[in-house]
Amino acid sequence: MSKFQFPESILSRPVYGTLAPRPGKSHLMIADAEGAEALLELADRDENLMANSHIIYLPKDTGETYVDRLRAAGPNQLYVGPSFAAATQRIRHVLGQAHMGLQVYLTGTEGLIGQAMNEATAVGIPHTAIQTEHRGSVARRMQCVHCKGITEDVTTDPFVCSHCGLNLFVRDHYSRRLAAFQGVCIDAEDPGNVPDPVELYS
Amino acid sequence: MSAAPQKAKAGAEKIDVLVSAVVPLNDLVTRFEFKRTDGKDFPPFSAGAHTVVEMQDEGRTRLNPYSLMSDPADTSTYAISVRRDDQGRGGSLFMHQNVSQGDPMVITYPVNLFALDLRARKHIFFAGGIGITPFMAMIAQLERSNGHWELHYAARSPELASYATELKAKHPSNVHVYYDSENQAIDLGHLLEGQPLGTHAYVCGPAGMIQWVHTTAAELGWPEDNVHSEEFLAPQPGKPFQVRLCRSDITIDVGENESLLEAMERCGVDAPFLCRGGACGQCETDVVEHSGTFDHRDHWLDEAEHASGEKIMPCVSRFLGETLVLDR
Amino acid sequence: MTIQFNEETFRDDYSFRNSDWAIKRFPFPFHEDSYMYSVNMEQHRGGPAGSVYEKRFDVDEHYVSEMRDRALVLDDDPLRCQSLPHMTLAGWDTLELIMVSKSEDYPDLFELHRDGDQWHWINRPMGIEQKFTFLDETTLPCGPLEYITRQAQGDFAVLDQRDEMLWMDAGMVTTQADWSLDFDIGMNFFEWHAPVPLAHEMGIFKRALKFLLNIQQGAPARRLNWTMTVNPLLDTSPENYHKWGIQKTQMTPETIGAKQHLRVELQTFYRLPRSNALLFPIRCYLIAFQDLTTIPKWGRRLHRVIRDLPEELATYKGFIDNRPMMLDYLSQFDDGQPTSPGIWPDLTSEPALKK
Repeated sequence: MSKFQFPESILSRPVYGTLAPRPGKSHLMIADAEGAEALLELADRDENLMANSHIIYLPKDTGETYVDRLRAAGPNQLYVGPSFAAATQRIRHVLGQAHMGLQVYLTGTEGLIGQAMNEATAVGIPHTAIQTEHRGSVARRMQCVHCKGITEDVTTDPFVCSHCGLNLFVRDHYSRRLAAFQGVCIDAEDPGNVPDPVELYS
Repeated sequence: MSAAPQKAKAGAEKIDVLVSAVVPLNDLVTRFEFKRTDGKDFPPFSAGAHTVVEMQDEGRTRLNPYSLMSDPADTSTYAISVRRDDQGRGGSLFMHQNVSQGDPMVITYPVNLFALDLRARKHIFFAGGIGITPFMAMIAQLERSNGHWELHYAARSPELASYATELKAKHPSNVHVYYDSENQAIDLGHLLEGQPLGTHAYVCGPAGMIQWVHTTAAELGWPEDNVHSEEFLAPQPGKPFQVRLCRSDITIDVGENESLLEAMERCGVDAPFLCRGGACGQCETDVVEHSGTFDHRDHWLDEAEHASGEKIMPCVSRFLGETLVLDR
Repeated sequence: MTIQFNEETFRDDYSFRNSDWAIKRFPFPFHEDSYMYSVNMEQHRGGPAGSVYEKRFDVDEHYVSEMRDRALVLDDDPLRCQSLPHMTLAGWDTLELIMVSKSEDYPDLFELHRDGDQWHWINRPMGIEQKFTFLDETTLPCGPLEYITRQAQGDFAVLDQRDEMLWMDAGMVTTQADWSLDFDIGMNFFEWHAPVPLAHEMGIFKRALKFLLNIQQGAPARRLNWTMTVNPLLDTSPENYHKWGIQKTQMTPETIGAKQHLRVELQTFYRLPRSNALLFPIRCYLIAFQDLTTIPKWGRRLHRVIRDLPEELATYKGFIDNRPMMLDYLSQFDDGQPTSPGIWPDLTSEPALKK
């Protein structure tokens, strides 16, 4: 089962829902890994939806698990790519050509949802109008508040900043603009006293 | 903290003005221009703002909101355009019949409940009749900042289409005018679905038109936050009722032709307000006790709040029944 | 009066000092012997002569040195001043409000001459003279918000108002109580306050938001907030927390009177006319415990407030570990006598310390 119930948290932490078909003449769906399951469930809920949909899918470590099923769901366009960075130009092109009324659906990991949302809000879609559903890994995209570097796929608290090497604790404070949670030095007041990392949500 | 306790007065700050021009535009609409009595400049304002005009009508104070339609960058003059409403409560008739050049009046500082979303990549305006007024200011503001806009303006007939000729002449490619008398209509669905992402729509006009734009946009998948409207509700008459104001420790009667807010003001109760049209939320008042039915007419409280019987907006809403006690 | 500007630092050797004048006018934030959150708003329309509430934008003896410190912070990290693209007009609104206010309130220090959109600004304490075209960014050395807030004490958050919500879409933030503009920019009112404990549950932010959305042109408001800072460090930023955090652990009973500072924010709120945005200046005042306790009423009261503060708040404000040492120090200034209501020092009516 790819669904995870996040514990209740502070108001800046994103809350994810369940994707539902919405009225509109065109639909953009961006997903990674197990996010494919949410898209397949979405397709089941409205048989006409996929004919007007453009799916951008990044399988990551799920490989070919979902690709054939996504294709079989009958999207108007399906792109399968290796990484968000690789897909970014295509996403920007699609958004740049789109008209008001485009529906955006984002599903998969928090990092993917956050980065894709940034692309959509940059062209003027309010974040409140973008549907999201979390699936798969609960790893987080973290910004080091000190050096500003982003560390992807963080699964423990604390963790080491992949840029400056500081030991950071994981906050729930989240920036949509950076598509990242905030990491703050854990041993600033007692240098060297760094607790052992524990798995997030354990 | 109370460094220097000051009690907030109800309503926005006021400005003493002189009527500097009265310009009839057609059978129904007249423009009124104001200068400050003290000769100073007006504060700048943001397009979409309104001012509340105080009218001294034979011992009765009328307070009506009107959109500021002058160029926001011109701080020497404020202007409003008033459509005469023969069936209304008398504010617009007072303006048309009793106000002349040189008259002193009192207006409030600008208050904006219909602001431009400055993030918009394009602004598309829908005006119906006198609803053109806020767009006059918006167009002036966007012209100065090289904003991307277009206007779709529906009016009954060429004779009654205030400012249409002037707008069309100045901005031939941005302004589109539609006349009922010539069976022309805005092709709304087609217009809305062709807009680039990041477009914001604004509508000002009759309630039916506002509803039409909101509904059509929603059906086409427009985000709610990208459609803006402002509708001032004139307080409608209703059956008289009695209210107990427990903080002021008085019981007052609300007459058929006055709002609850107006009745409170008449009885000397300093109640907060801004828009007087059920939109801004400033006059929200807690209900202490009631037995009867509320006649909620505002846009501010949500359905649950209306149903709860715990809040009322005295500027437009009324009550029918035995007892009403308010925390005021 | 003419202000004597201090030559002082807010880092390294920390030569910051408050004069007797600055101590007596310090905005002490506690109007009674206990503290809890409240929507403690009032109108910002002046106050007693000489008080920090008198002028729209208070200028005091720390002005020149604070501005020098801000310039150092910005050299180090230009991301402390940011403005999302749609906020430029609000930046001009801010520039106009501050220039007009300062030139009217302190005519001996600041001058503004306007001829249409041709403006001429003179800032005597900082030795700045600038001619520029209002609303034309190309005529200023930097954006309007950065330009004017390099010349005004305190932080500035500029909030866009849309969809019944306030959005932190621009700001100049170098004297902050541990929050990051770079991280929070673009957030809504509830999101940037998300880390604050208790207040959400109390409905404080919902009520505060309703109040702020309704702030009107010509009717500004204000409130006080407070926290604690070790050493007179203006830039207690999360960005540099790994550098300054250690200072919190370096106090001793001998040095606490000089090192521990009460940090008070005078927050004001202005509706900006052209943009309809809300300007939120957050002016920081610092005072060492040893100076604050020279006012008998304040010494008594601070001890009681810190002693009785809920643990969550002491943790959030970052002094839970130092609280016992603070109480040891402050208790010597609390003789148990009653205090008069209100924030003022009441030097003539309040009894001297009986200990």
